[in-house]
Amino acid sequence: MTAPSSTRSSVPRGPIVNSLKSGQLPRFIEGITLGVVLLVSAGVFALIGFSIVGWLVVSAIVYLLAIGIMSSLVENRRKATDRVIRGLVTVAFLLALIPLVSTLLTVIIRGIGVVNWQFITTTTSHVFNPTTLTVTTTTGALQAIVGTLIITGIAALISIPIGILTAIYLVEYALPTQWMARTVTFLVDVMTGIPSIVAGLFAFSLFSLLFGPKAFSGFSAAVALSVLMIPIVVRSSEEMLKLVSMELREASYALGVSKFLTITKVVLPTAIAGLITGVMLAIARVVGETAPIFMAASFTDNFNANPFNGPMQTLPVMAYTGYKFPGNDIQASIDSAWGAALLLIILVVILNLIARIVARVFAPKGLR
Amino acid sequence: MSEPPASPSEPQGYNGAGQTTRTIATNGRPGASNGSARSGRAKSRPADRIFLGLSTGAAASIMVILAGVALFLIVQSIPAISADWHTSASLNSGPTANQASFWTYVAPLVWGTVFVSALALIMGTPVAIGIALFISHYAPRRVAGVLGYLVDLLAAVPSIVFGLWGILVIRPFLLPLETWLNHNLGWFPLFSGQASATGSTLFAGAVVLAVMILPIITSISREIFLQTPRLHEEAALALGATKWEMIKLSVFPYARSGVVSATLLGLGRALGETMAIALIVSPSLIFSLKILTDGENSQTVAANIALNFPISDTLQRQALIGTGLILFVISLAVNLVARVIVTRTSPGAKGRKAKRDIAQLPPSDPSTVLALDDASRSPVDFLERDGVSKS
Repeated sequence: MTAPSSTRSSVPRGPIVNSLKSGQLPRFIEGITLGVVLLVSAGVFALIGFSIVGWLVVSAIVYLLAIGIMSSLVENRRKATDRVIRGLVTVAFLLALIPLVSTLLTVIIRGIGVVNWQFITTTTSHVFNPTTLTVTTTTGALQAIVGTLIITGIAALISIPIGILTAIYLVEYALPTQWMARTVTFLVDVMTGIPSIVAGLFAFSLFSLLFGPKAFSGFSAAVALSVLMIPIVVRSSEEMLKLVSMELREASYALGVSKFLTITKVVLPTAIAGLITGVMLAIARVVGETAPIFMAASFTDNFNANPFNGPMQTLPVMAYTGYKFPGNDIQASIDSAWGAALLLIILVVILNLIARIVARVFAPKGLR
Repeated sequence: MSEPPASPSEPQGYNGAGQTTRTIATNGRPGASNGSARSGRAKSRPADRIFLGLSTGAAASIMVILAGVALFLIVQSIPAISADWHTSASLNSGPTANQASFWTYVAPLVWGTVFVSALALIMGTPVAIGIALFISHYAPRRVAGVLGYLVDLLAAVPSIVFGLWGILVIRPFLLPLETWLNHNLGWFPLFSGQASATGSTLFAGAVVLAVMILPIITSISREIFLQTPRLHEEAALALGATKWEMIKLSVFPYARSGVVSATLLGLGRALGETMAIALIVSPSLIFSLKILTDGENSQTVAANIALNFPISDTLQRQALIGTGLILFVISLAVNLVARVIVTRTSPGAKGRKAKRDIAQLPPSDPSTVLALDDASRSPVDFLERDGVSKS
């Protein structure tokens, strides 16, 4: 670091050079440089054959070099570093947006041709034509949509009460120093780290011990999802309950209200927006889980709405099996995979939107 | 100065979750003070006792579930682990063929898992920290929240979608780069071997993994960066430091342990990631350093389970469950180390009674961070925020 040593050196006699004003690049130099670099490299690429990736990469590198060199010539090394780092950090951020945009675009472009009313309302069926001896496959996602809703619904029914009650225990009842509170907090952290496939193996092990080796069922998958969902619900609910200000609780106690009523009438209504948002986001997280459902509920093309018996199809598993285990008509299978992926994305977006809207609507009254 | 470093910059007005989590940390836990009130009350109503029982029961069920996960995995995998792999007909066919024992079966899988996760971390961590810095210290204050939300959206994309995207987009996209690397840097062990023609390489898998762990590392690092004491930053700027020097002098030292454990939590995520690898990489059961080949890529535990589970018989499935148990233990260890680092070295833990907050980290989950963002925009916490952040 040059800053401390330079301030320590003795003050020079004679006319003082104003170091704050000497040697600095004009104000908008970064934007100007960037524009020039983009234009120039676009021109160069237009000559040798345009590729958008190459253009952006080359522009970024040239910009970083240019701004670094200019700044170290006119200003000093420290400022040059600062400007280059600023550029690097911005590039890192833009880099992260590329996969996001690219993923969404790919899924929409690929899936939009597949998803129509028929795809949503029919199950996949194979029709054998005896005269031409061919099998025509019509793909449909109804079985997967129903399966996803049932499995996620059951998982939510299991996880939400356990998750929120645990959060209430941790925030309202337990002293943070109690062994049980410490253990539970610790175990919730451990649970967040369980790989999703291990949750699937757990559900499979549990149900195959109980019901024999072919115990694939929607309920088993819901149990697997619960293992993943409970810690998310606990963590978010815990944060939300902690946000409720102590004054509200104390005011309630001062009026002689019992603890149970304080929690249900004061604390929970105050935190309800955050609680529902957290729960919705937790559902959005587990609805896209593939591996555990694949382990525990296997996959099928048949319609099955009974979560306690037989394999059950879900959207993420449909997307996976469509690619990995295609049927006779390979292109149709792959198309159905993209259709399922698009439906899944739509589902996740809907859940996220609900979470946002709920956060607005249920926010405590008076200060909205 | 052309670029005023001392201008009142980002964190103060940033309305994200950083402030709210900080207020919680300094405020103590709300439960702490009303625990004693309970004993002082004269009579407790039945509803009270039932509710206490219910919530305690829910908390206890967490212990039961976790114990159950470990127990059932162990019970189911013991037959395969203790079996004689030379003589068992079942274990000598299918996915588990030609193995001397369970341990020789699982060892290359563990290697592959650790290897590809490490590659993903090497590629993902610098970018993730860069993004976190951009959002916390460089982006204009007004849009910082939105930009953070965009990155968190990455976490909302299901892993299977990333897998499909990897097949369709990343594989062909990386192919020219892979061929070039193999051609020109083929002497380097990582890039050696017969270059892939399809792009189903470990490198492509690692790139997709890196994208998937970006949001988790970013969201935690961002929260930690925002928690840097404002006075430290202003002191650095007042001494004439440039913005980058300020970050190096005040933000990084403060956030070091948090960033390390964010990286470890990202590693935990990468270790367990299944579908992206299973879809993209064409693997084999070997120890391999090559990342640019077809069929000479190391396989990971999770992808191996997903690929072989449907075609296995009972004993082979138990072997797969055994590998799952090993994966469970590894990711457990990684997560524990991450938490311990935070508890030991977090700056907040020094002054106060250090031991109790395992959860010094902001919630490890981008979705929780999102929920917190929402809550902080609603007025629930305005009292606490005003009360504490000014003091």
